[in-house]
Amino acid sequence: MSEKRSAPSRQPFRIGMLLYDTRYRSLTIQVIALMGFMLLVAWLISNTIQNLNSLGKDVSFDFLRQPSSYDINQHLLEYDSRSSHLRASMVGLLNTLLVAVLGCTLATVVGVLIGVLRLSRNWIVARLMTIYIEGFRNVPVLLWIVFFMAILIETLPRPRDFRGDDATASMLLGDSVALTNRGVYVPEPLFSNSLGDVPILGWFSISLDLITLLIVLFVGITGAGMIRRRAERRQAETGVRPVTWPIRLGLIAIPPLVLLYLLGFHLGFPELKGFNFSGGIYMRNSMIALWLALSFYTAAFIAENVRAGIMAVSKGQTEAAYSLGLRPGITMSLVVLPQALRIIIPPLISQYLNLTKNSSLAIAVGYMDVTGTLGGITLNQTGRELETILLLMLCYLAISLSVSAILNWYNNRVKLKER
Amino acid sequence: MSKTRLIVAAAAASLVGGAVAAGTLDDVKAKGFIQCGVSTGLVGFANPDADGNWNGFDVDYCRALAGAVFGDPEAVKFTPTTGKTRFTALSSGEVDVLARNTTWTFSRDADLKLTFVGINYYDGQGFMTHASLGVESAHDLDGATICIQTGTTTELNLADFFRANNMSYEPVPIETNAEAREQFFAEACDVYTTDRSGLAATRATAEDPEALIVLPEIISKEPLGPLVRHGDDEWADIARWVLNALIIAEEKGITAANVDSMASSTNDPEVARLLGVEGEYGGMIGLSADWAANAIRARGNYAEIFDNNIGPDTAIGLSRGVNALYTEGGILYAPPFR
Repeated sequence: MSEKRSAPSRQPFRIGMLLYDTRYRSLTIQVIALMGFMLLVAWLISNTIQNLNSLGKDVSFDFLRQPSSYDINQHLLEYDSRSSHLRASMVGLLNTLLVAVLGCTLATVVGVLIGVLRLSRNWIVARLMTIYIEGFRNVPVLLWIVFFMAILIETLPRPRDFRGDDATASMLLGDSVALTNRGVYVPEPLFSNSLGDVPILGWFSISLDLITLLIVLFVGITGAGMIRRRAERRQAETGVRPVTWPIRLGLIAIPPLVLLYLLGFHLGFPELKGFNFSGGIYMRNSMIALWLALSFYTAAFIAENVRAGIMAVSKGQTEAAYSLGLRPGITMSLVVLPQALRIIIPPLISQYLNLTKNSSLAIAVGYMDVTGTLGGITLNQTGRELETILLLMLCYLAISLSVSAILNWYNNRVKLKER
Repeated sequence: MSKTRLIVAAAAASLVGGAVAAGTLDDVKAKGFIQCGVSTGLVGFANPDADGNWNGFDVDYCRALAGAVFGDPEAVKFTPTTGKTRFTALSSGEVDVLARNTTWTFSRDADLKLTFVGINYYDGQGFMTHASLGVESAHDLDGATICIQTGTTTELNLADFFRANNMSYEPVPIETNAEAREQFFAEACDVYTTDRSGLAATRATAEDPEALIVLPEIISKEPLGPLVRHGDDEWADIARWVLNALIIAEEKGITAANVDSMASSTNDPEVARLLGVEGEYGGMIGLSADWAANAIRARGNYAEIFDNNIGPDTAIGLSRGVNALYTEGGILYAPPFR
């Protein structure tokens, strides 16, 4: 009996069923689409190889070991024109990362501020923020970059204006900061009893002073954290919280200060020498223009994300907080923003990625990012279009995937734990 | 901006490449015009006027080439290219010939798979600075901020020059001549360096040219010339001999005005061969018999093209110097036409 009933399912497989049987049809279509896609990819690859052959070119990455022969103005690694193309790419990559990190930080600060202020009950403040957002996000970022650069070049004084008795420009903050149309010079930290540098893999070196300082600071903060937790335990047990802030502050602040004194910390001030200022930290106006333009542009989008996040938090939360007697500022920072964060983080990831990728517009102002070195001068001097563009895409892919992995991890931590 | 352009160019290089192997002359004849890569705007060499018509020394070479191929100097379209995009544009087949004050170097010839067809301007890299800085020699430039176009040989020469002289400098890389002008005129850089012809062109368009001086040092050889892709010798021959024809025309005194009367009345066998009165020389490169006459008719011989665009009577005001004919103390020399 049961054998008879299950008979239809044992129906022998026929080829037509691939098309007419709904169980198989979607599978068939997917397999065909996949085959078509793979054929397309194979055709593209073989076409590329064939055309490179007909041009007499091969695919080789040997050029990365050749000397680059060009100079890069802003290099965070040791670099000169005898260094390899690979090193030039690394210098560019670090410049990309630098402007991306600086840009994401400033964009977040400005974006959150603008987003909160746009919801202000003050009519003028709210409208001004609307103007900011609509102004920045509706003009292409390239124009903002060029615009910021033009402002810096045209309005700030030339270095020579600082010279002589009838100087038309002067340095700020007690002769320590110079704003010029080539960039901003600020004092640099110097150590007269420096511990030196440690080379890492022969590729670059890190200042031992910085490492020591970070370790001391870390130990101090950890110690302060332990004291705070003990104070909390005491409070939980006895209801009396011991006064610990002088000890904690001292633990964090005093050891680094002592270390700085031992290392002979002092500031190196910029000075006008020859054509330019020398000494101090030189922030080129190409970097400043790119940084500000990318930050303010992206901040406009982040502000909208923040506003959306805040508005998505039920009004009842605010009312409940008010009814407990919390003031508006505390309500915002302790009740609304933590909940809004869950909604803000996912779109924030894509804004960070956008900022990082938009930094490839750097060449418009002559900032030597990885597109400018590997995808610009190296490509041009070696003629290896395919190889350099592939490497460049790999670079951006790696950066973007890392950013998104980190933020996804963070998102998983702050998101609502559902059971 | 440039990233997308490069990716598109690379993709185009892989896709269009197939068509490249076929004869460029046939392709050009089929589409009815020559696509000529020029600079994005350098007065005297390649610059569009208010009506969008391109003028200049390099532009006129392309017009002569169009004259030789089609008998019509207007059968040419211009693609502005930056120092960075020019070679990709050429090797991807986007342009048929590149006339963009491009320096002939070994690696461009051998490694970039390009063929230089000759030299139309012997140049050298120089420095221009603001007279008020009081600099008199390039050796005084230690620590200077220098504007430089990326993707050029000048960038490499500059690095070599400062390294060899143990001086430091601050390079400000820029994409086009227009950006360089903005930065240089605002004194965001002390010095602008490029080929001396380019410096003269930039200086000519300054508000006050007297406030700018070109330093005496010439730190490199920059033989500039038109170039085509590797692998199509027929097309390279045409491009090479159009340039040679213009130089021979100057040598023989053939001008745009007298080319017809010369053709009918000449007793000089070389002129007769060049202008197609004698022999079948046009057929050897796949063109009509009067190809050279048409090339000369387009914008005149080498001297006329030079004088009209960058010569002493123009705003650029370059003298012939080493670019004079070998008979007049220069090094301009075309192989014999026979």
